[in-house]
Amino acid sequence: MSTASHPHAGHTHDPADAHHEDHHGPAKGLTRWLFTTNHKDIGTLYLLFALVMLFVGGAMAMVIRLELFQPGLQFVNPDFFNQMTTMHALIMIFGMIMPAFVGFANWMIPLMIGAPDMALPRLNNWSFWILPFASTILVSTLFMPGGGPAGGWTLYPPLSLQAGNSFPFTIFAIHMLGMSSILGSINIIVTIMNMRAPGMTLLKMPLFVWTWLITAYLLIAAMPVLAGGVTMLLTDQFFGTSFFQAAGGGDPVLFQHIFWFFGHPEVYIIILPAFGIVSQIIPTFSRKPLFGYAAMVYATASIGFLSFIVWAHHMFTVGMPLAGEMFFMLSTMLIAIPTAVKVFNWTATMWRGSLTFETPMLFALAFLFLFTIGGFSGLMLAIAPADFQYHDTYFVVAHFHYVLVPGALFGAIAGAYFWLPKWTGHRYDERLGKIHFWLSAISVNVTFFPQHFLGLAGMPRRIPDYATQFADWNMISSIGSFGFGLSQVLFAYIVFKTIRGGAKATAEVWDQPEGLEWTVPSPAPYHTFDEAPVVK
Amino acid sequence: MARPGNRGLVLQLGGLAVGMFAFGFLLVPLYDAMCRITGIGGRTNAVAATIATTQEVSERLVTVEFVTVLNEQAPWEFRPTVSSIQVRPGQLYDTAFFARNLTDGMLVGSAVPSVAPGQAAKYFVKTQCFCFTQQNFTAGEGRDMGVQFMVDPALPEFIDRITLSYTFFVNRPATAQLISGPTAGSTT
Amino acid sequence: MHRVATTARQPLAGLILTVLALPAQAAWELNMTQGVTSISHEAYDLHMLVLWICTIVGIGVFAVMIYAIATFRKSKGAVPATFSHSTYAEMIWTIIPTLILIFLAYETAPALIRIEDTSNSEMTIKITGYQWKWQYEYVGQGYSFFSTLAESSNAARQLNSGVNPRNVGNYLLEVDHPLVVPTGVKIRYLLTGSDVIHAWWVPAFSIKRDAIPGYVNEGWFKVDKAGVYRGQCAELCGKDHGFMPIVVEALPRAEFEAWLTTQKLAATPATVAAN
Repeated sequence: MSTASHPHAGHTHDPADAHHEDHHGPAKGLTRWLFTTNHKDIGTLYLLFALVMLFVGGAMAMVIRLELFQPGLQFVNPDFFNQMTTMHALIMIFGMIMPAFVGFANWMIPLMIGAPDMALPRLNNWSFWILPFASTILVSTLFMPGGGPAGGWTLYPPLSLQAGNSFPFTIFAIHMLGMSSILGSINIIVTIMNMRAPGMTLLKMPLFVWTWLITAYLLIAAMPVLAGGVTMLLTDQFFGTSFFQAAGGGDPVLFQHIFWFFGHPEVYIIILPAFGIVSQIIPTFSRKPLFGYAAMVYATASIGFLSFIVWAHHMFTVGMPLAGEMFFMLSTMLIAIPTAVKVFNWTATMWRGSLTFETPMLFALAFLFLFTIGGFSGLMLAIAPADFQYHDTYFVVAHFHYVLVPGALFGAIAGAYFWLPKWTGHRYDERLGKIHFWLSAISVNVTFFPQHFLGLAGMPRRIPDYATQFADWNMISSIGSFGFGLSQVLFAYIVFKTIRGGAKATAEVWDQPEGLEWTVPSPAPYHTFDEAPVVK
Repeated sequence: MARPGNRGLVLQLGGLAVGMFAFGFLLVPLYDAMCRITGIGGRTNAVAATIATTQEVSERLVTVEFVTVLNEQAPWEFRPTVSSIQVRPGQLYDTAFFARNLTDGMLVGSAVPSVAPGQAAKYFVKTQCFCFTQQNFTAGEGRDMGVQFMVDPALPEFIDRITLSYTFFVNRPATAQLISGPTAGSTT
Repeated sequence: MHRVATTARQPLAGLILTVLALPAQAAWELNMTQGVTSISHEAYDLHMLVLWICTIVGIGVFAVMIYAIATFRKSKGAVPATFSHSTYAEMIWTIIPTLILIFLAYETAPALIRIEDTSNSEMTIKITGYQWKWQYEYVGQGYSFFSTLAESSNAARQLNSGVNPRNVGNYLLEVDHPLVVPTGVKIRYLLTGSDVIHAWWVPAFSIKRDAIPGYVNEGWFKVDKAGVYRGQCAELCGKDHGFMPIVVEALPRAEFEAWLTTQKLAATPATVAAN
């Protein structure tokens, strides 16, 4: 963001001027939230919804780790265990992390580009309100006869077609969740393309806006492919088609290609907004502009592009022709290059800066270290001959949890601490924030690092019980996960404490941060930038 | 607040989403085409091939193995009549698989062929096969079902062994139709 | 090869003890097995190569990060510089990872070619995954059998069975009829599934291949050393996915031939015919 405007550049925003006679404050009571078209309200809804789902999905993770605490089955039967692993993934991906980042986008993109609201405010309301209904349907499948989906979030047929009566509900919920993301993405793209303040050229946009622009395109391109795939599952199950049934001339492997054609871009849909948040935070607390802004934009774009041509690296064991294995191995390795560039640029941003370590910075730094570890294990997984050993073991579980938890989730938590004062007008409790950080950072490693060892030693993923030689690391991993789960209760407490009160935050909140969002008062008034700021 | 660009952009992006949904379905024929070209999935020809009679017969020997796969609940006995033969690429060979209906009702079976290694699939050419059509069995009926095939002389040198496998499924819709409709004879 | 924890431990008190005794405990396995086939050696070598590259690069990157965090602190009076890019530096850190990746690809590709080369095999074994057991067929020998979880493990793995898994030999890694193979023979395997997708995985062989209904996968292995090797199904296949282990007993060739002859004699013709 080296070329972006300095705070107050060309525009001073006096809160006294903020209200024009054609604008109103929020409506009162429940209808405010039901019918709101305000990007800040909708952003808040998304974020609170994501926080709730973090605990729903987290509770499932706790069931999983409780059962895996020791060998033998103590708490749940294998079928329910499979429902837990499946639902944990679906909830965390579609119900928690994606809505969280859409919430950030809603709140921050208009503020960052000097727009009064999102471009399509009514669509925005609808995008959000689909979510609670879809998620309720998804969770309710657990209580239907035959239970919820138990074939893994990847929904591989023929196994996923053995599901009980809940199957169409699962598919319907996935369709709705996908629809919500697509509508949200359309809104974000239109907002970024059409609503920028005068002078806010594309290459002056904060990196968070850039990463979301690319994410939104990935979503629109990838999510409908999943919708197509699950629709075919549905017609195979109920309408006699044979897309994936060998008996009727179909091929179960075809679904895996369709799924991962969506699934790999999805990985970047989840991580790119976190890249964006971290790219806002590290410069702020280094008191130095982001290093290599243009390279960061290009790296993000090339990651987005490459994500569409690597999908079959999830499928090395299905038996591909040698040429296919080579291609997907090499294209996957290529992704390491733009990713490495990003890590180096963040490090260079800190170089010769003037660093302080408030909670958002701590989470961003943990992101930097731990996402890098996840990146390394990702590179290892790309090596096809070694992948024959890693595939579908706890090594993979460790890998993707390193990129998703201390990666994406820490990015979201860092963003929450970073912007909470802007949203609420109160400073969060820095001491509690730091306690939350250290508890999370330690327990997340205790949880997931041993899983590398388990996978290398030969423990497959998605099993409810295991041979006794895996007992010790599993116990440690479970202890870590309970600690991590409890730490997030502290996070929820800190968030609600900040909403209710606390030290007043200034407009800038931090030490001379860059960006338009810091030129409006804290809390950000209900309507901002009714008059577009001028960006030099 | 008029933003003239919004409608056009929304339509474009909506069009992209709809297009990608369609692309998901387009992947089905694309994948089929890929399978035929590369042999992914070990797929062989599903309709009888015609072969030029003046094929040059190669001197090298390739082992062709025959295996059968059944679902555990499948009500069949199903096995190859010979487990393997040595063939010369370019020459036609005949073999047969034996199947018996173990139920006391009529059954329709569909055989799904697969060739391993996948790279050999497009060089394994079937001129006659019971897998091209559905197979009707009366109660307790057992019979040999023929396959005539040739290995293309262009088969890559590093392949010295090919496995032809059949998975024999009960064709449930066809069975239901057969039982309810007029009795039809065996199609072979 | 999997080793089994021999000491029965009290869960929490033992935890501290075992952490202290970490290097001595076989159960605290940290790394991939080297295995007993040429494929597993290749996988292990590549794994170690890329692990070391990642470790070295990681140490370098983390050292720079830690140095920056420790040095450029506001509390130490650091004054921020204003530079925001350096074409030179950015070129270097794009080119270096590219070179490392080219090197890795160069090392990996030949191994992949060797792994996929199934020619000159001496025998074929067909492996079929069922919910939830394996079937092994010696192709051309007319002999096949099912292999299911051993009864002792099966009893212990029931919900609240009251049996301590630590008292069950090879808990969840024991079957009633192991697959028996000769050592020193290149064995080609065919893999397929009868109902849903399974994956046949023996870590000591570095073989993990999906068993897909309607589709035959193939691969090969040659076991260097006689012994018993254990693995598990590696693709979620339903409720008992965790309970369909794989046990392979590798015997010297002559012993294997004798075993096979005995088995074929013992099997009634009906069993032979049933596939």
